[in-house]
Amino acid sequence: MKIHEYQSKEIFSRYSIPVTREVVCYSADEVCAATKKLGLPVVVKAQVLTGGRGKAGGVKLARTLDAAREAANQILGMDIKGYTVEKVLVAQGVKFNSEFYVGLTIDRNTKSVILMASREGGVEIEEVAKDNPDAILKFPIDPDLGMTPFLARKIAFALFSDFSLVKQAADLFQKLYKIFLDTDASLVEINPLVLTEEGKLLALDGKMNFDDNALFRQKEINALLEPTEDEIKEIDAKEKGLTYIRLDGSIGCMVNGAGLAMATMDLIKLFGGSPANFLDIGGSSNPQKVIDAMNLLLSDKNVKVVMINIFGGITRCDDVARGLVTALKQMKIDIPIVVRLAGTNSKEGLEILKELNLPEVNTMSDAAKMAISLCS
Amino acid sequence: MSILVNKNTRLLVQGITGRDGSFHAGKMKEYGTNVVGGVSPGKGGQNVDGIPVFNTVEEAVKTTGANTSIIFVPAPLAADAILEASEAGIELVVAISEGVPTLDMVKVMPYLKKNGTKLIGSNCPGLITPGEALVGILPGNIFMKGNVGLMSRSGTLTYEMVNQLTTNGLGQSTCVGIGGDPVAGLYYQELLQMFEDDPETDAIVLIGEIGGDAEERAAQYIKEHITKPVVAFIAGQSAPPGKRMGHAGAIISSGSGTAEEKIAAFESVGVPVAYRPVEIPELVKKMLKIN
Repeated sequence: MKIHEYQSKEIFSRYSIPVTREVVCYSADEVCAATKKLGLPVVVKAQVLTGGRGKAGGVKLARTLDAAREAANQILGMDIKGYTVEKVLVAQGVKFNSEFYVGLTIDRNTKSVILMASREGGVEIEEVAKDNPDAILKFPIDPDLGMTPFLARKIAFALFSDFSLVKQAADLFQKLYKIFLDTDASLVEINPLVLTEEGKLLALDGKMNFDDNALFRQKEINALLEPTEDEIKEIDAKEKGLTYIRLDGSIGCMVNGAGLAMATMDLIKLFGGSPANFLDIGGSSNPQKVIDAMNLLLSDKNVKVVMINIFGGITRCDDVARGLVTALKQMKIDIPIVVRLAGTNSKEGLEILKELNLPEVNTMSDAAKMAISLCS
Repeated sequence: MSILVNKNTRLLVQGITGRDGSFHAGKMKEYGTNVVGGVSPGKGGQNVDGIPVFNTVEEAVKTTGANTSIIFVPAPLAADAILEASEAGIELVVAISEGVPTLDMVKVMPYLKKNGTKLIGSNCPGLITPGEALVGILPGNIFMKGNVGLMSRSGTLTYEMVNQLTTNGLGQSTCVGIGGDPVAGLYYQELLQMFEDDPETDAIVLIGEIGGDAEERAAQYIKEHITKPVVAFIAGQSAPPGKRMGHAGAIISSGSGTAEEKIAAFESVGVPVAYRPVEIPELVKKMLKIN
C-alpha cells in the first residue's frame, strides 16, 4: 500500500525528522492562502500515488503569488499515469547546498531491512542504480541488533565528513529505521534529503510504502488507503478470496494459483491474444467463488471470451464445474467460454460440464488457442 | 536419497485442529508420510485422524521424535510457530501459511540460522519426495518417482509442470515449492546445491517468476557450482509493471525483475528456458539425452 508525500512527511514529523513547512491544498484559492502563510518562494507539488510526477510537470516552483495560483491551476486536475491530481502540497522553497538519497527497504537476499544511501540525491534512484551502481551504498541491518548507534554513525561517515552533520544524519537513520519497524513499511525513502544553507539536514520529499500483509495490525496506516476505481474492484475481489487485476485485453481469465494465472496470460499473449485480466481464484473449492469470479470478469465490458484454466490440487475440479453451471444458470452470458480442467476430480468436473456444451479442450495450449480463435 | 524429506521424515502438523491442518494431515498420512503428531495449544490429548495432538512442539518432539514440522496456523501467528519448532529442535520447518507480515519473517531468520533450522516458505505449497513423503498441500497423485529435481515459486504452476513431466515418463526425485513471499527460507541456491549433491537427481527444473533478482542470482550460482543439467521456466512474461500478481514477490518494480531479464540471465549461462509449459519435458529429455 502507498501513501502520499505529505502523509509520509507527517509521519516523519511525528518522529521529529525535520521536513519542509507545508500545507495540503485542494483548490487554487487554498494554494494562494498557503503561499501567503508560508512566504515566497513555494513549490507546488502534485499528490498522486504514483512516481514520475516531476517529469509529468506535476512539480512547479513559484516565486510570486500569481505564479503559485497558475501552478495550482495547471496541476490540479492533471492526469499523471492514469491518476487525477486532486490535491497539491504547497511547500516552502528551501535553499540548499547539496542533495542526498536515503531509503530503507527489505532485501530478499540478506533477508533483512537494508539502508541505501547515496550522495547522488534528487534524481530517480533507479537511474543511479542503473548508471552508477557504486554510488549507492547498502547497509543490511541485523534484525536482532537493529540500527545500532555505531552502524548509524558508520553510514553517516560514509556520506559526511563534518561531525555535526554525521550526528544529525546518524540520528535521522535511527529514526527512519524505527519508523520502518513501527509501521510495517516496505519502503521508507527521502529523496532528496538536503543540506540547507543553514547547515541542517531536511527531508524535502518523502515516500512510504507498506506491507499489505501487515495492515491488519496497522489500523492507522490502513485508514490512509485511497483506492482508485480499479483498486476498489481489486479490494472487493480480495474480500471474496479472489485476486483480480484488470488489464486491457479481451480474453477474461479465471485461474487457480498466481503462478499458473501468470503462465496462462503468457500463453495467451504468446499465441497472439491479449488477456483482459489476472484473476486467481485461490485454493479453495467453494462454488460461490466461481460465481463471484464470473461476475467480476463480466463486469469488464472488453471481455469477449472467458478462459477458465484450473489445475486441481486443493481446488476440486467438480466444485469449480458445479459453480460454473450455477453461475451460468443465474447469469445471462452471451459470450463464449472455454474451460480446461486438470488434476483433482477433473473427470467428474468435465462430466458435470457436459450439459453446457462447451468446446472440448485438453491442455492449456489448446484452451488458449481456442479462446483466441473465438475472440476474433 | 532425494532431498529434505524421505522415509525417515517424522512429521508434526502445527495447527492440526484447524480446517486446513486437519484436512491436509489426513491427506499426507494417506500418501504414506509418517505423520507422528500434531500441535494445537489447548487441545493436547485429543487426536485427529488417529494422530495425537500436543499443546507444545517441545512436548510433541519429546514424545514422538518428530524431526520435521509443517505449519498451517493463521498468518499473524506463523512466525511464533516457526520459532517454537526451531526452539524444540525440529530440523526442517515448512510454513504453508499465507499472508505472513514480511518483518515477522525477517525477525525469525537469525534465530533459525543460529539453531541450524531449515525453513521452506512461508506462503508455499510444501514439498514431496514421490513414493516416500508428502509434506505440503500438493496433490500426491500427479507425482512419479524418478530422477528430475524441481523447485518452484508457484503452487498450481508446479502441478502443471509436474503433470507434463509425469505424463512424458519423467519422474521426480523431490519437488519443492519455495513460496512466493519476498523473505523466505531455503531458496534456489541452497536447493540447487542439494540437488547437485543428491545421487538420485540427474536433472533440475527451476520454475521462477517475475519480481526480485533471485533467478538472476540462481543463474550465476548454476554457472559457478552446478554441473547437472538445469532447465527453467519464468511466469509473468506478459505482466505489466507495478502490479502485484498474487504473490507478494511477483511484482515488476521500476523496470527490474522482468521476465526478459531473467530469461536472458539463464540463457547466458547455458540454461535453456521453456516459453510454454509443454516444452519443459522436451528440454529435460534433450538435456538427459533421452528420446
